[in-house]
Amino acid sequence: MTDIAASDALPKPKRDLLPVLLPVILALAMIPLIGSGSSWVTLTMASLAMGMMIFIMASGLTLVFGLMDVLNFGHGAFIAVGAYIATLVLLPLASWVQADSLLLNLAVLAPAALAAMAVSGALGLLFERVLILPIYGQHLKQILMTTGGLIVAEQALYALWGPQIIPTPLPTSLRGSFIIGDVAISKYRLLAMLVGLAVFLGIQLVLNRTKIGLLIRAGVENREMVEALGYRIRRLFLGVFMTGSGLAGLGGIMWALYREQVHASMGNDLTVLVFIVVIIGGLDSIGGCFIGALLVAMVANYGGFLVPKLALVSNILLMVAILMWRPRGLYAVTSR
Amino acid sequence: MSDLLTLADVHTHIGRYHILHGVDLAVAEGQTTMLLGRNGAGKTTTLRTIMGLWPASSGQITLGGQRIEQSATPDIARMGVGYVPESMAVFSDLTVQENLVLAARDGPLDDSRLEWIFGFFPALKRFWLSRAGSLSGGQKQMLSIARAIVEPRKLLLIDEPTKGLAPAIVMALIECFAEIKRRGATILLVEQNFYAAREIGDAVLVMDNGRIVHRGTMADLAQDTALQERLLGLSLEAHQ
Repeated sequence: MTDIAASDALPKPKRDLLPVLLPVILALAMIPLIGSGSSWVTLTMASLAMGMMIFIMASGLTLVFGLMDVLNFGHGAFIAVGAYIATLVLLPLASWVQADSLLLNLAVLAPAALAAMAVSGALGLLFERVLILPIYGQHLKQILMTTGGLIVAEQALYALWGPQIIPTPLPTSLRGSFIIGDVAISKYRLLAMLVGLAVFLGIQLVLNRTKIGLLIRAGVENREMVEALGYRIRRLFLGVFMTGSGLAGLGGIMWALYREQVHASMGNDLTVLVFIVVIIGGLDSIGGCFIGALLVAMVANYGGFLVPKLALVSNILLMVAILMWRPRGLYAVTSR
Repeated sequence: MSDLLTLADVHTHIGRYHILHGVDLAVAEGQTTMLLGRNGAGKTTTLRTIMGLWPASSGQITLGGQRIEQSATPDIARMGVGYVPESMAVFSDLTVQENLVLAARDGPLDDSRLEWIFGFFPALKRFWLSRAGSLSGGQKQMLSIARAIVEPRKLLLIDEPTKGLAPAIVMALIECFAEIKRRGATILLVEQNFYAAREIGDAVLVMDNGRIVHRGTMADLAQDTALQERLLGLSLEAHQ
């Protein structure tokens, strides 16, 4: 690639850092309100872990909406299916899950996560080909069809596994906490943070450092022009849809282990939360989605601690506040 | 001289609207053909139909002897067609460099070709690492054209490149198009600025109501003010 000195370029446009600082400002503002340092650390860690898991689930929807302009109200189906598939892998290998060996625990957790992503990704392929392909560009029909898809998937889970909640125990090595002073940091939350961060960095790396990433970013902005440059963007769409579905599946297993249970309606329950995050983020921005997920989790945790009754509406209030401040979300890439 | 591109009885509908009513045209290889006409005559639709962005409802489009009216846009682009839309359509979230890297479909950017482009558009070198969204209108137009020529293309479809630009930038574009032609590219260029059209064009096609109503040489049209007034509602003097 041609190397032209960076000094030749004029200064880059000013970075919009305020949204990035929001979670930090919110966390710091909570210190005096919460009072106890250890409670604040526990709540903040819980927020970060929960935020990362929500981000994993929402990132796929952001990619799908951003690149493909598809309003996929069926995204929750991939989350639920991912959680069930992982449970199917984990339950027969319960002895490995309960073994007091990190190696055995990981040996069962890794294939469970891979299976969850693979099956959710395959379901995404089916969803795109059967439900979405005929209705590209028709938002109302997309809402109706994908909501229908979510209902069908949910009912299929009910039919296959029944209405009961299925326990999904955490592997033994991930139970308990690291104790630092009088602060307890849950091992699983730490893992969730690491996985979420890895997913975020991975997506950023692909989007910013590879030609496929350039194509995705360009496609978010102007699909037609990308095609006019000679790229078959439909194939890319399909790849993004499957990746987005696979990430939802990964989010599903992370959430199931966090709650230590799966149930057929979990996808439906999480759809609203995921959409709130995507809207706050700006609909098509991975960075916005990441910050949105952190904010939603923080408001839920801090709000639940300080004003428990507020927890029921905290996400909606947050979304309203953000949209009043920035009507297109925190980091909107395109104007729709 | 053989024709690189021909359209025969091409009709295009956009939704319920019938925009092109049997367009017949030929673009000779190695020439710059100007497509002129009033607003709404169907010029942009003609370019978009050739590109496959608004596919033809009927008729034949032939590029280098191959029928392309049923081809998808990426396939048409891969046959060596570069497209510069009226809206410029630069990717504003990407840097100038990233825009050009994406346009270089067949491999990494060619340094010597890049230097050739910077010769016309030095601003692109200066803003190399800046986001395209932060460029001025003229610089975006330069980037849009640079994107189309960053690799050699057989045919360039360019839609109103001088629209709203300062005279100095228009001059740079005219020089650029002349140089592109010298390198052997064929250009079909939609233009409202008659002065620029006269400077650039070898052949001219005039459209009205979705049809070609005049075809000839640019030199003949430039000399015939009566014809200009009849076809375009203007005289060259008024644009000088």
